[in-house]
Amino acid sequence: MNRDNLKSKNESESSPEKTRKGISRRGFLKGAGMTTVGTVALQSGVLGNTLDEQSLDEKAIGPDAELIKLKVNGESHSLAVEPRMTLASALRDKLQLTGTKVVCDRGACSACTVWIDGKPVNSCLTLAVEVQEKEITTIEGIGTPEKLHPVQEAFIEHDATQCGFCTPGMIMTASHFLQNHPNPDLEEVKTALRGNLCRCGTHPNVFKATLSASKKM
Amino acid sequence: MNKFSWYEAKSVEDALSKVNATASDILGKAPNSSSVIFKAGGIDLLDLMKEGLVNPSTIVSIKNIPGLDKIEYSEQDGFKIGANVTLEELENNAVVKEKYLALHQAVAHAGTAQLRNSATLGGNLAQRTRCWYFRSIDHQCYRKGSGTCYAQEGENEFHAIMNNKTCASVHSSSVSTALMAFNATVEIAGPNGKTRSVTMEEFFVDPETDSRTENILASNELITGIAIPAVNENVKSFYIKQGARESHDWAIADVAVVMEMSGGKCNNAEIVLGAAAPVPVKAEDAAKKLRGKSINESVASSAGKASVKGATPLANNAYKVPIFRSIVKRAILNAV
Repeated sequence: MNRDNLKSKNESESSPEKTRKGISRRGFLKGAGMTTVGTVALQSGVLGNTLDEQSLDEKAIGPDAELIKLKVNGESHSLAVEPRMTLASALRDKLQLTGTKVVCDRGACSACTVWIDGKPVNSCLTLAVEVQEKEITTIEGIGTPEKLHPVQEAFIEHDATQCGFCTPGMIMTASHFLQNHPNPDLEEVKTALRGNLCRCGTHPNVFKATLSASKKM
Repeated sequence: MNKFSWYEAKSVEDALSKVNATASDILGKAPNSSSVIFKAGGIDLLDLMKEGLVNPSTIVSIKNIPGLDKIEYSEQDGFKIGANVTLEELENNAVVKEKYLALHQAVAHAGTAQLRNSATLGGNLAQRTRCWYFRSIDHQCYRKGSGTCYAQEGENEFHAIMNNKTCASVHSSSVSTALMAFNATVEIAGPNGKTRSVTMEEFFVDPETDSRTENILASNELITGIAIPAVNENVKSFYIKQGARESHDWAIADVAVVMEMSGGKCNNAEIVLGAAAPVPVKAEDAAKKLRGKSINESVASSAGKASVKGATPLANNAYKVPIFRSIVKRAILNAV
């Protein structure tokens, strides 16, 4: 399946969803005189603050899927997401960028590491709606099969993968680290890769690969 | 995660006018049509939501509120750090590293680098305990209103060794351990423009005082920042976190020591223990052993012993007692 097909699929998926500017489901409910506002106002009447629920409902996104824009690896995408969709899920399930892996889904293993505005973060603990204005970089964005990133080359050369599931996260972390630390020693490499867990236990080769890549960057 | 709506708050006032609950208020409750809560970095909140423990109808993002991401410093007044400053920004702040070493060390050992790039200071303070009974949707523990602390008779190797009779959980913020030792205060904004400033000891509350949560935040209050008093060049500090592994993990035991030295003697000292009790605690008996003394191995050792005097370990966590003795002693000796 090529990327163009995927994009048209996403668009057709999202077309029944109402965009922010169109007639929304919420607008329909309001027109029908059946808003959730009345109930909410009653329930929150006990609260001291002035809870402007109507305007909150008006301005809020969701809870159903709405169109958002994400800039991934330099390319803009329009996709329909519910606010609860994580960035990891949006990348994998909506944009078919399945290089980003989800393992623990709780921020403990860093397999899902991507860069947001150049900084490595857990895409499993980031919501797609909150990175709309950001530059997102995934493993697909740092090298191609024809032109691998030096860290990717070094991982192959030093056999730094076993099952390979933690590898994209390892490479995103290692390549970010080397951008800012051109001549690291082993201890610095170990510290930089602390967050990335490999259950196969291939850490020694990951360290070797990262040190070797540092000499080529 | 349950479905929820998403709103970007424009200002503190805007955010406060929208929310009607804290995550703790709605913890354990079914999705409700009117629960509107805050989110900053979301590290703890998304975890609670993925476990099904917190089910808001709307999330108000406070992450892009202008001004909450500032770090201000003056030699006279110390630091004012916005609640949205990330742990990574704090870790890499040169003044923190130079003058508030224990804080730098605590922040640098919090979570992973990836988490520190997202996690905010305010969220770190307001995060909930990582007690596995609390985090389990199948356990209606004391914190969820049942009156039963499963850790008392259950798996309690990482639990509290002090003040642990009601709830044996430990608070997970190692950053708070250091902040309390520097006598930091928490700046809180409430409705109608009201603000208050509380010490770290006031910010954290015992499980007996409030079973629902570890802090004093009310449903319509928001942490806006932290203030840390100025320190002079005679103030020395050190922080040690003992985890199960060096890579990254929650603290089994952590300690921050801050001492003001003068002519080879310790004028004043603060020692704070993390992962010892349900909230970070000042080890006042241990600090007393340092005040007015020259710091040497035997003084540090006596403070280490005093830090855990009266500890009441549970069946599987007595090993923490000698760890605290040891890290308190080492932190003191490393500080000077």
